[in-house]
Amino acid sequence: MNAYLMPLTGGVLLGVSAMWLLLSLGRIAGISGIAWGSLAGPERVWRTMFLVGLLLGGLLTHNVMGQPVPAESTAPLWLIVTSGLLVGLGTRMGGGCTSGHGVCGLGRRSPRSLVATLTFMTLGVVTVFVMQSLMGGAA
Amino acid sequence: MRAWPALISGVLFGLGLTLSGMSDPAKVLGFLNVTGAWIPDLIFVMGGAVVVTFLITPLVTAREAPLLASAFSLPGKQLLDRRLVGGAVLFGIGWGLSGYCPGPALVSLLYGYESTVVFCLAMFAGMALEGPLSRLFAPS
Repeated sequence: MNAYLMPLTGGVLLGVSAMWLLLSLGRIAGISGIAWGSLAGPERVWRTMFLVGLLLGGLLTHNVMGQPVPAESTAPLWLIVTSGLLVGLGTRMGGGCTSGHGVCGLGRRSPRSLVATLTFMTLGVVTVFVMQSLMGGAA
Repeated sequence: MRAWPALISGVLFGLGLTLSGMSDPAKVLGFLNVTGAWIPDLIFVMGGAVVVTFLITPLVTAREAPLLASAFSLPGKQLLDRRLVGGAVLFGIGWGLSGYCPGPALVSLLYGYESTVVFCLAMFAGMALEGPLSRLFAPS
């Protein structure tokens, strides 16, 4: 089987998920916004249901279809904490993450989402490059 | 607003994240590592997702209203501003440090790893800090 069939299938499912949410409820499937909104409101209920579904989808993959569970990150906890803080702060400030700006925003042909996506992809690449250099290619 | 359509959407999203390999931080870091041992998988994930949204979004938003809600609720902002770019910069750095963005991190809570729990707590703390920090640094 082609090694890229699973990534492609998964990607198409992400797109279908976003399109169903738009068609049914008229909402953007942006995970950072949904996650924050499920705690801070407004409209906690549909957002919470989305997150419950997200976990159910993962259970289907690993517990029903038997796909292997990925290994835990090897990054030290201080790095995980820093990363989480920046992701939370940045997605609220920039109004979206990989899903809201990347998957949904590019589909809407939103110039803001294009700029955001190019920016966070670039910074992701630069950050990995810097970390690799600092750690002497150990990671 | 009805919640069951969101449950279906969430299930599809969770399936997509886990089947595609997005919930594996090593794979995500491998994708971002363009100067090293590059893993191209995420091109297919993002590509597959964006082809679907790019083709279908105009057909959906051409409707008067969604099927099960009174109106579409879409971001209205058009202009680029410093908050958008600054936020994307911070998010990109955070993403590159661990390989986790919000969706994969949340679905990875299933795996019961200490690092995913810590990441998600830190992420929500970061979200909660955004308002106060932005007010602190905003030109008044």
